[in-house]
Amino acid sequence: MAFESADHAKAYWKENLSLMLKLLSVWFLVSFGFGIILVDVLNHITFFGFKLGFWFAQQGAIYTFIVLIFVYISQMNKLDRKFKVDEE
Amino acid sequence: MDIKTLTFIVVGLSFALYIGIAIWARAGSTTDFYVAGGGVPPVANGMATAADWMSAASFISMAGLISILGYDGSVYLMGWTGGYVLLALCLAPYLRKFGKFTVPDFIGDRYYSQTARTVAVICAILVSFTYIAGQMRGVGVVFSRFLEVDITAGVLIGMALVYFYTLLGGMKGITYTQVAQYCVLAFAYTVPAVFITLQMTGHVLPQTGFGATLADGSGAYLLERLDGLSQQLGFAAYTEGTKSKIDVFAITMALMVGTAGLPHVIIRFFTVPKVRDARRSGGWALVFIAVVYTTAPAIGSITKVNILNTLNGEAQQGVEYENAPSWVNNWEQTGLIEWNDENGDGRMFYSNDERNEMRVDADIIVLASPEIAKLPNWVVALVAAGGVAAALSTSAGLLLVISSSVSHDLMKRTLMPDITDKQELIYARVAALVAVVIGAWFGINPPGFVAQVVAFAFGLAASSFFPAIIMGIFHKRMNSTGAIAGMVVGIVFTLAYIGYFRFINPAADSPENWLFGISPEGIGTVGMILNFIVANVVLKFTDDAPDEIQEMVESIRYPKGSGAATGH
Repeated sequence: MAFESADHAKAYWKENLSLMLKLLSVWFLVSFGFGIILVDVLNHITFFGFKLGFWFAQQGAIYTFIVLIFVYISQMNKLDRKFKVDEE
Repeated sequence: MDIKTLTFIVVGLSFALYIGIAIWARAGSTTDFYVAGGGVPPVANGMATAADWMSAASFISMAGLISILGYDGSVYLMGWTGGYVLLALCLAPYLRKFGKFTVPDFIGDRYYSQTARTVAVICAILVSFTYIAGQMRGVGVVFSRFLEVDITAGVLIGMALVYFYTLLGGMKGITYTQVAQYCVLAFAYTVPAVFITLQMTGHVLPQTGFGATLADGSGAYLLERLDGLSQQLGFAAYTEGTKSKIDVFAITMALMVGTAGLPHVIIRFFTVPKVRDARRSGGWALVFIAVVYTTAPAIGSITKVNILNTLNGEAQQGVEYENAPSWVNNWEQTGLIEWNDENGDGRMFYSNDERNEMRVDADIIVLASPEIAKLPNWVVALVAAGGVAAALSTSAGLLLVISSSVSHDLMKRTLMPDITDKQELIYARVAALVAVVIGAWFGINPPGFVAQVVAFAFGLAASSFFPAIIMGIFHKRMNSTGAIAGMVVGIVFTLAYIGYFRFINPAADSPENWLFGISPEGIGTVGMILNFIVANVVLKFTDDAPDEIQEMVESIRYPKGSGAATGH
């Protein structure tokens, strides 16, 4: 085991899971939430000429997905360094 | 120069480029062949993944589907991008740490079972063939319209080329060829989109342009105009759609989860040197995919306005057939546009009610959009090269999955464990040859149900691989009996549902007969849930996974010491 102790390993995994779940809730919110379930409500709002719900379904969700992955990458790299399990 | 000559030149140049790269990046070992020696940098890998992912269906058909479906087309946009979030966060880093060549490798080792491995091999081969059939139709369409050769010759040229560089370069050759193909297809997709957006709204960026006001001085918003036109002609309002909410939800989920479970996408994450790079590859792949996917809805909506205006005239009264623009006649020859003068007035009319006289196939929207917008011939030739690049890059990735499934998972790991590295490579190349022949056969005799079969591929991946892999990583007590039961129930249910509504009793294929109102396209979501439930119920009545397996699962959860991907 590359971790200093079993507790260390558990803590790393716990932080990893919590980060993942937070990011996945945003993933769900922008696509299934804004783009599908709440689309009719949001369509009453105009956003740069788009109905907002329609915009999330065809543009906004995709941009958010990209941001989510890059946030995940940087947070995980930090976490790896904190627990000294990063490669080099 | 005419379109045909220009297309020959542009497509020919792109072919020369791909062949040159394949010769430069020859494969010397099985590691090179399967995972490019594990040495591909993340940005290049992201670009290759994007090219691999964006098939002829994405390039040729998606904007057309959105153009016809309007808001309902969002399922493809969100579904085929959102899957990458699942991949990058939940699968890629762990599968990379696990460090084997293929998806059946993971399933077989994690669930310590040859049965599980065999089930996974069968699924991988089935999914990949389903996909190749669709790619070949795309190649056929492009060749028959722009090069005016018959489809058989077009398909044979395409397949010979793909086989040549898969055989020569393996994963290494494919990866670098795909980087070039991504550049060709992204350029070919965005250039005409920028031109048509400029014409229609005066915006340079398609992404903002389709929300802007029209450049005709009316001050009306493009999407409002399109909603109005659509309703006037008996279509649904473009920004609202007609599918039920639960169906849109289920289809989007099935496509996302299916994306994250497709073997030819997952395999890309074995090719990078480190776990950290696997995470980054997912991010870059999505960036490159988003370039095309955020452009697609702009092409869809703008071309729809263009088509309505050119076929029906600005006043929506129909245009005389004698004055039809040349693209209508060009595409009529391929059978993808049809006109029947129902009321005998000599005018074309396109609508969704009893006045309609036209049939416009969704597959022409992207390919014809430069002609419809009267762009120069070199743009038309560029789009043809892009379409071919999209089809070739995806076929090559799929061929590699099929050949590695046969040579590695079936021969080396199951039937003949004693073969040498060299013999395994020979089996891989023979398997690729057989796969290419079957693929070509599908291309020349396309099954009439290509579009429906694609739903199979996603449904199968969503209901089988995805839950098995997720539980393999996040549920360390999960045992082989539970995982196999889950996969079998998930797949059989999904297959049966799609099979019933699409092939056995297509007459019943309507919302009132569907389970919970979910169409066959979205049923993979239900299959996936069933898989999770069955696996966990079975686990309750059987022993937990053995200790050494649980330890292995622990070890893939942190990145240190991933080493190179290995088959042993």
